[in-house]
Amino acid sequence: MNAAAPATDALLYLNGVTVSFDGFKALNDLSLVIDKGELRTIIGPNGAGKTTMMNVVTGKTRPDAGEVFFRGTADLSRLDEAAIANLGIGRKFQRPTVFENLTIFENLELSLTDSRKTWGTLFARLTPDRHDRIAATLARIGLTEQSVQLAGSLSHGQKQWLEIGMLLIHDRSLLLLDEPVAGMTDRETEETTALILDLAKDRTIVVVEHDMAFVRSLGARVTVLHEGSVLAEGSIDHVQNDPRVIEVYLGR
Amino acid sequence: MPAPSCGPIKNAWGPGFWAGFVACGIVLIVIVPALNLWVPPASRIALPDYLVPLLGKYLCYGLLALSLDLIWGYAGILSLGHGAFFALGGYCIGMHLMRQIGTRGVYGNPLLPDFMVFLNWKELPWFWWGFDHFAFAAAMVVLVPGLLALVFGWLAFRSRVTGVYLSIITQAMTYALMLAFFRNDMGFGGNNGMTDYKDILGCDVHQPSTRLGLYLASVVALGLGYLLCRFITASKLGRVLLALRDAESRVRFLGYSVTNAKLFVFTVSALLAGIAGALYVPQVGIINPSEFSPGNSIEIAIWVSVGGRGTLSGAILGAVLVNAGKTWLTGAAPETWLFVLGALFVLTTLIFPRGIVGLLRQARWVRPRATAPLPAGEQA
Repeated sequence: MNAAAPATDALLYLNGVTVSFDGFKALNDLSLVIDKGELRTIIGPNGAGKTTMMNVVTGKTRPDAGEVFFRGTADLSRLDEAAIANLGIGRKFQRPTVFENLTIFENLELSLTDSRKTWGTLFARLTPDRHDRIAATLARIGLTEQSVQLAGSLSHGQKQWLEIGMLLIHDRSLLLLDEPVAGMTDRETEETTALILDLAKDRTIVVVEHDMAFVRSLGARVTVLHEGSVLAEGSIDHVQNDPRVIEVYLGR
Repeated sequence: MPAPSCGPIKNAWGPGFWAGFVACGIVLIVIVPALNLWVPPASRIALPDYLVPLLGKYLCYGLLALSLDLIWGYAGILSLGHGAFFALGGYCIGMHLMRQIGTRGVYGNPLLPDFMVFLNWKELPWFWWGFDHFAFAAAMVVLVPGLLALVFGWLAFRSRVTGVYLSIITQAMTYALMLAFFRNDMGFGGNNGMTDYKDILGCDVHQPSTRLGLYLASVVALGLGYLLCRFITASKLGRVLLALRDAESRVRFLGYSVTNAKLFVFTVSALLAGIAGALYVPQVGIINPSEFSPGNSIEIAIWVSVGGRGTLSGAILGAVLVNAGKTWLTGAAPETWLFVLGALFVLTTLIFPRGIVGLLRQARWVRPRATAPLPAGEQA
């Protein structure tokens, strides 16, 4: 596909990625490798480039320099959002964004792995098989009883679950979760942690997070971003004891 | 878990819907012509001949409003230049009607329409070729607005022009077309437009029977257009449209092409507007560049919001009621019309954002999912 495709079996491969906005470098020569099946958390102070990194991977922002590859062959810096989504990369936003004027059921219906062509959607039928998959997902995210309610009527935490459910039903191989427990109660956070750990058994997940207690409870490899590049990487204990990390992030 | 037996997605084609649809059809196709043809003119319930083309005109406006509701109510695309597609459809049929005049024009020229003789033109411009044939003109009625919408929409939606910016460039489009059509050199009759039609498909356009036929054609076009719009909005594509209206980027991250979905409904909508224009022109007997004026396009949006945005039937109702009110008021107290129109728009926005249909549904019972709910925080 591309002559410059790197010889790597990593699922997601970022090398030397730079993004600047009016001279401000949101990402500065960022390199990051996520292996297949990995659960990774990414932390960093505000402005460290966490969200920009997600925007680059999902096609919302084009990098000024550097390469971004999925499965070693797909050059994500050349594809648009829809094409990247169809490769199997799902994204959950920081603020829950569900379709508030559609029912829970319809939100999931739009997320099914199915024809994305305009003409296909015009004649799409809800087969029993698809119906069952939606029902199974509803049960998994605990929203079966609310399925015919408008998504706008859900609580904040329920919206977060619905959004995760929308990613689940699409069978993505890589999920990017941007602050999945922001604004959740302790109980909701606990349930979400369990859900993420469960999901991580059969897919690759990257979690961007502020909440250190939550990061610790995931028990995953941690990457610390600072000023657009990687400052440290390792277990949570390792990075928490790194003096540079303490200086820029944890110590404040 | 036990799956709900009927399925949680509302069936848009239930018996209740068909009963209402057929009832409206009977009133428009059977009762109206019967009141016109078989009730003696002296009777109080008789429908005089002059009202038939007037009703036909309202129905054309209804189809035009329906086309705007499809893109505005469901996909959130507020086109303020939809009058342009209507006028282009009208011009296509107007050109055919001009060719039908033949030697019966004031100058009696067998080759050229009167306005070209007046401009001292010697031969028919190439873009008038083919308009002698009804089938060619009918094809142009859909092709010209459809192609313009396809090209304009592709450029706009691909560049992700949305919201008020899109509304402004659609205004600019219709304004530019108006200025172009005002020029005599364009070859479309300039300021005066085209009028003085004699016949259509061999029937005299002034005969009551022809007018009744045009009225019935308008009813059929409106009915089919309504079914098409309902089919689109009740499909999964309809739900994609609602979703992109409220959270466009989320739809992209789900893997749908927002550009293609918008382009599809925008083009369908322009086709419907073109057909409405083509049925309108023979009934009112004239087409001129003022049909392109930006004010006309804004008025369409008012009809839709008065009737109820995102309801389809409300758009038709709004168009018919507002125009009937306009006909009555411009006769009774002409100077007040614009104030009433403005007040209507303000009232709709402030007091009943879901329009007349929304009010009716609220008053009777809540039918939760038959309409497209308005986006949060937005009123009209």
